[in-house]
Amino acid sequence: MAKFKKKKGGDTPAISTASLPDIVFMLLFFFMVATVMRDSTLMVQNTLPAADQIQKLDKKDRVMYIYAGKPSSRYADKYGNQARIQLNDKFASVQDVGAFVLAERASKRQELQNVLTTALKVDGETNMGLISDIKQELRQVNALKINYTTRLGDYTQNTKK
Amino acid sequence: MAKRAAPEVNAGSMADIAFLLLIFFLVTTTIETDSGINRKLPPTDEVVDPPIIKERNIFTVVVNKNNQLLVEEKPLDLANLRQAAIEFLDNGGGQGEEACDYCEGPKDPSSSDNPEKAIISLKNDRETSYKVYISVQNELVAAYNDLRDREFAKLNPLIGLSFVEANKRYADPRYVTERERLKPLLDEVKARYPQKLSEAEPNKNK
Repeated sequence: MAKFKKKKGGDTPAISTASLPDIVFMLLFFFMVATVMRDSTLMVQNTLPAADQIQKLDKKDRVMYIYAGKPSSRYADKYGNQARIQLNDKFASVQDVGAFVLAERASKRQELQNVLTTALKVDGETNMGLISDIKQELRQVNALKINYTTRLGDYTQNTKK
Repeated sequence: MAKRAAPEVNAGSMADIAFLLLIFFLVTTTIETDSGINRKLPPTDEVVDPPIIKERNIFTVVVNKNNQLLVEEKPLDLANLRQAAIEFLDNGGGQGEEACDYCEGPKDPSSSDNPEKAIISLKNDRETSYKVYISVQNELVAAYNDLRDREFAKLNPLIGLSFVEANKRYADPRYVTERERLKPLLDEVKARYPQKLSEAEPNKNK
């Protein structure tokens, strides 16, 4: 019966942690692939209005972003509290929108140049005057596909204070 | 001396390094897909000869600077806008050639002839708030979507999808094989209720 002799020492063996790096690497790769780094830091307040009749935006490489809203608190004393446009990392005026769109368009691949969408990420508190001006500028440069970026929610959230 | 085996590299700190990287990517990750209301702007070239549109085929929505709505010259609450737009689009008051056989509206002769003729005209003030503008846009799109859903269900009772879902699926690359099948169905509904939303340039404040 020597074969079935109990092993000496009742201590449970330590759990091997050799596969821990593998697990962590797996998670790491997942997040590395899924990560989208924010390419521009927001300098304006950007609380998007809510809507529920929404469509998904195109792939990232077919979209150019125009932000607008009141300058965020860090920039408020320098740029005042009137709503402004932000293109890439700078504040811009309405006249710059056209040039920005043309530059963005030129930087894209040929086959994407005609299918670009302009996503307007505008703060809910902005006046429509600014947005109409942007739209007029976009019409001038023939960037006619636009998307009012919103967050998902019922429209009644917009009218609540 | 020459035959000594190389000492094994200690891999114990590998997990630490990996964790460090993992935490960095965890923090910077934003898994987000933006979504919103798609619109197409009108081209700049002026139409030389604008077509004459009958007054009854235009549904005017005006938003003033205090964010109040004026629909067909009457003040209206935002909550009732969708219903009002549906009633207008679905009226089908046309006679003879302009009759609309699939409309379910009251066929009021003072409202729109048929959905193909019906145009929603949206006008806002420069001081209208963007939030309210989006809400109005949302409700008008919702009116179209409601009607299209109804029509889609009527035409394809067995499909088990609403128009909005089918449209989403059509755009989804995962359902590439269904595109061929869905396209004619979607196009038919879109032809029945074409989205005709016109935006006037905003009032200048005097």
